Amino acid sequence: MPKMNLSHFEAAILFAIFTSVVMGVVTKRTDRDRLHYGFYTFGCFVVALFGLGWLMYFGHG
Amino acid sequence: MVKEKELQQKPPLPPIGQWVPAVALGWLIPGGGHFLLKRTGRGALLLASVTGMFLCGLMMQGAMFHPQQGDMLTTLINTGGWIGDLCSGVLYLLSVCFGYNQPDTAGHVHDYGTKFLVTAGLLNILAMVDAFEIAAGRKD
Repeated sequence: MPKMNLSHFEAAILFAIFTSVVMGVVTKRTDRDRLHYGFYTFGCFVVALFGLGWLMYFGHG
Repeated sequence: MVKEKELQQKPPLPPIGQWVPAVALGWLIPGGGHFLLKRTGRGALLLASVTGMFLCGLMMQGAMFHPQQGDMLTTLINTGGWIGDLCSGVLYLLSVCFGYNQPDTAGHVHDYGTKFLVTAGLLNILAMVDAFEIAAGRKD
């Protein structure tokens, strides 16, 4: 099994992509809504990622 | 009075034979329930996402949970994590059969790997619920 050595950012983005696809597929009723919701969820993940990253940066001092 | 209203609003559970095959296949093969119900595109997306997440978890050398007895938090985390791992279906069964047994080591990559493995199972639960709703006629 090949090994993956990702940074925090890369791993979190990969996590966001896979999760957003599944959330988009299972939640809405039309393909258009699914696509929108998938992108929306991915955007939320990215915003949370940057937000929490800066919070930890400032919290660390 | 309130209970009567709740009972009226809840749709009745469809016959077991209508949804169990889709849910069971959905557990065994991620997206399998959708394939069975002729939702090929969505099934393929679910298969790719859940399998991709699980394989990434393996390549990051994440640890598999095993049920453990101890204090309440230990029991909850390990049993919950094991259920999450188990929900990946054939991916979990194959990795255990082929002897995957990564110890829980320090490091952010291993830690992400463990989370990827559990989340793959949790995403598969969402896919199984979706397959149930389609099979039961509650969703297109």
